[in-house]
Amino acid sequence: MCPTRTPTRQETHGRQGRSITDHDANEINRVEELSYDLKIQEVMTVKLQTVSPEMPLSKVLEILRIHRISGVPVIEDGQLIGILSLEDIVRAMEKDELSATVSQYMTQKLITVSSHDSIVRAIQTFTESRLGRLPVIDENNKLVGMITKGDITRGILTALQKDYKEEEVRKYRASHLFEDIISDRTTLVLRYNIKAHDFTRGGNASSHIKRALLRLGADPQIARRCGIAVYEAEMNLIIHTTNGGILKLEVESHRITMSTTDDGPGIADIAQVLQPGYSTATEQVREMGFGAGMGLVNIKRCVDKMEIESTVGKGTKLVMRIHIPTENFNGRKDG
Amino acid sequence: MNLREIIKLTNGVLLTPDVETNIQISGGYGADLMSDVLAASQPGAILLTGLTNPQVVRTAEMAEFRAIIFVRGKQPQAETLLIAAQENIPLITSPLGMFELSGRLHQAGLPSFESNVPN
Repeated sequence: MCPTRTPTRQETHGRQGRSITDHDANEINRVEELSYDLKIQEVMTVKLQTVSPEMPLSKVLEILRIHRISGVPVIEDGQLIGILSLEDIVRAMEKDELSATVSQYMTQKLITVSSHDSIVRAIQTFTESRLGRLPVIDENNKLVGMITKGDITRGILTALQKDYKEEEVRKYRASHLFEDIISDRTTLVLRYNIKAHDFTRGGNASSHIKRALLRLGADPQIARRCGIAVYEAEMNLIIHTTNGGILKLEVESHRITMSTTDDGPGIADIAQVLQPGYSTATEQVREMGFGAGMGLVNIKRCVDKMEIESTVGKGTKLVMRIHIPTENFNGRKDG
Repeated sequence: MNLREIIKLTNGVLLTPDVETNIQISGGYGADLMSDVLAASQPGAILLTGLTNPQVVRTAEMAEFRAIIFVRGKQPQAETLLIAAQENIPLITSPLGMFELSGRLHQAGLPSFESNVPN
């Protein structure tokens, strides 16, 4: 079941037909993820103002005013026995009873949350109870803190900022590679060893390559084209080679080169394998949704240049190139 | 269309409890041939398929699908679930067949995200 919670930006805006970008979607997911990851004890207020049941309300009002808070837990013999909020004081003021004691006006029906629960649990309780603050207790039922919606917002924002910083730092480092390291021609080379018939891990290398390109600051459309091409090529290594092969990515500021090399069996008639629909794949491979003879056709469609060389008994080399129109890898838009 | 709405419309069961379902799906695409998926789909769609192997998730990742529905109540392999959780792609199984699923989603306003590419 989905927990009750405040609507996200996506819910309030998304249903009105505004399309959500991938970037938006990522942020939304992370906030919701955080509401499960973050524990109440990580965001709650620990330094607590407390009052005793005998204290007059006028004194409590003073405490609330000085500390700029809107409610306090009531403690007797170290035990939490109630909550006194501004609303309770307003009730007393209406009857002109500010001299009354805390015990006469406090809320005794206590709704608490546990310090080890996720903050999503507190959000749920806030929504159900319509309360503004909740006492937080530990496993021995002892009061260890208070939590408000403000604490939750602050906690999530702090965590998000940390996340954002980490990813930003990674992106910054990667995307400035080509600026920070000076040479007449800088090339970043990534190599992946692909095992023959290792279908379970098929696509792992391509997944890493796509992520690397995005981190390096590649345009998302270019990253998608590279991803599809290199994935088809990786699957070809897995499906067709005798001993697997090597998948290589070379990134330069003006172009991306992806290549596969293997040591067999090799292709006898290259023109034939380039025909759409021509396939030598086994029934097993076809059952997995591959081997329809469209791989190379797809690759050709995704890249600017595709070259294939092969000798039967020696092996095959496939080279795929994509040109980068502007200085794409410096992490800035052109100009 | 919100994925949660799609799950309801298709009598679907979510197979990846830890993956976010409050996401926007912009279109649909149905195929069992992964090369077709790679060749002719647009990013941001939901994939309807009868295949359940790990490559389906990798294919979805490369082609930038936001979620996958397995048709006719099919259950994916453990490895498929693992990769889906890793890559944050929600997996759903629906008792309905490909035609019925496509029909329902299309009728509810989900556009086709199949692009017209020559074979």
